[in-house]
Amino acid sequence: MNLNLKIWRQKDATSKGQMVDYPLKGVEEDMSFLEMLDVLNEQLINKGEEPIEFDHDCREGICGTCSMQINGQPHGPDRLVTVCQLHMRSFADGDTIVIEPFRASAFPVIKDLIVDRVAFDRIQQAGGFVSVNTSGNTLDANAIPIGKDIADTAFNSATCIGCGACVAACKNASAMLFTSAKVSQFALLPQGQVEATERVQNMVRQMDLEGFGNCTNTGACEVECPKGISLENIARMNREYLSATVKG
Amino acid sequence: MSGLIKSSIVRKVVMALSGLFLVFFLAQHFTINITSVIDPETFNTWSHFMGYNPLVQYLLQPILIAGVIIHFVMGFVLEIQNNKARGIKYMKYKGSANAPWVSRNMIISGAVILAFIGLHMYDFWVHEMAYKYIEGNPEDPTRYYAETVEKFEPIWRTVIYIISFALLALHLLHGFSSSFQTMGVNNKYTPAIKTFTKAFAIVIPLGFAFIAIYHHLNPITH
Ligand code: HEM
Ligand code: SF4
Ligand code: FES
Repeated sequence: MNLNLKIWRQKDATSKGQMVDYPLKGVEEDMSFLEMLDVLNEQLINKGEEPIEFDHDCREGICGTCSMQINGQPHGPDRLVTVCQLHMRSFADGDTIVIEPFRASAFPVIKDLIVDRVAFDRIQQAGGFVSVNTSGNTLDANAIPIGKDIADTAFNSATCIGCGACVAACKNASAMLFTSAKVSQFALLPQGQVEATERVQNMVRQMDLEGFGNCTNTGACEVECPKGISLENIARMNREYLSATVKG
Repeated sequence: MSGLIKSSIVRKVVMALSGLFLVFFLAQHFTINITSVIDPETFNTWSHFMGYNPLVQYLLQPILIAGVIIHFVMGFVLEIQNNKARGIKYMKYKGSANAPWVSRNMIISGAVILAFIGLHMYDFWVHEMAYKYIEGNPEDPTRYYAETVEKFEPIWRTVIYIISFALLALHLLHGFSSSFQTMGVNNKYTPAIKTFTKAFAIVIPLGFAFIAIYHHLNPITH
């Protein structure tokens, strides 16, 4: 198939950047979206041009780095997939495909399609952990029995790969889905309850400091999340936060 | 306190609680207004009670005005902050792919409602304040029905009211159930809450529109 690609090019964090047209011929429908970009980049390199920079690592939907906005949606038109799992059969011959970096003030562009998502790391560092005594007599986590339904719910929250699609999709660039998944994965488990109050307060404070927007419950995040993290996580975080605030 | 208002979740909760309060007010307002179609006498009695009961006038009315102000000021603050959170916009943004129109345009439906509240206050509240406190007229428990019907004589006012009720419906379609999510309620009752939201958001504004049309079509003949 032949495609007309419109791709955001930006030399570095401080340059202005603009959309550039790239016609691409002979794309196979079995290629992944990233492989399609690889083909384009090879052509650019052969022509002596600068290849298009984009993030990728695992190429199997688990690392969460391959983030970009495709035709106005994070990770493109398909549901529950990252860009590395998106295939060209989801597009038609002759399509125009607009490819942009994720846009959020808290995710500044580094180059082309690559954005800086360290803001997520700082939210995680603010409380997304369980303090463990590592002096040598650490308790085995499995020594505490946990109901299957709770274990499953916590596991589902923990499947968040920190890709940032929730922020990218949200009209407010809110990071509530990510933060709530990270709060939930601990809040649900007995090990996480010891530090529950400070955790939710510190993570939400950091989230706000990073300049993400305010949630208005549009639900765009849960639709676009490649891991199916649901709005129930946000409701849980709000409950945790409110009870932490009341407790002081 | 200032620390609290800096929290995005606290701001959301303020939005939800003031919004829910307005929903309750709306239901109460509708209950009284619908009597104007059923039985003018009852409408007069209730309107007079609302207009002269000290608890309503000096406690509930100020709370209501504060509620409206808090709600729309916070709404505009959130909108400005949310715009800033995406400094550089997308060239292509397919909002309809993942979220309903009503949820993405609360500020538009809200702004229309605000303009409507302005007109509505001018139509009824300003008139009422002038009647009672400036002109110093005596109590007259029989005047409300005629005054109300008269308001809907001009077609332009009736039409503006109907358009505003339509936008109110859109605002409530998202806002009512959304406030439960904000308050942390997302469980087995959520489908029921969403169904109730749909019913409320359609029936109540439709009812208000019906009242306006009814009075427009049935003027008092002198
Ligand atoms: C005075 C003009 C108004 C403006 C400017 C306005 C604006 C807004 C905005 C921007 C939101 C936030 C969107 C969101 O969080 O989903 C909102 C939410 C809401 N509004 Fe309004 N609104 C107005 C009047 C009303 C009225 C009259 C009612 C009820 C009868 C109402 C009920 C609600 C509810 C229940 C919410 C949901 C809160 C939540 O999501 O937690 N609003 N409004
Ligand atoms: S919640 Fe979903 S969309 Fe958001 S960062 Fe995690 S995996 Fe990505
Ligand atoms: S490259 Fe790792 S999720 Fe796509």
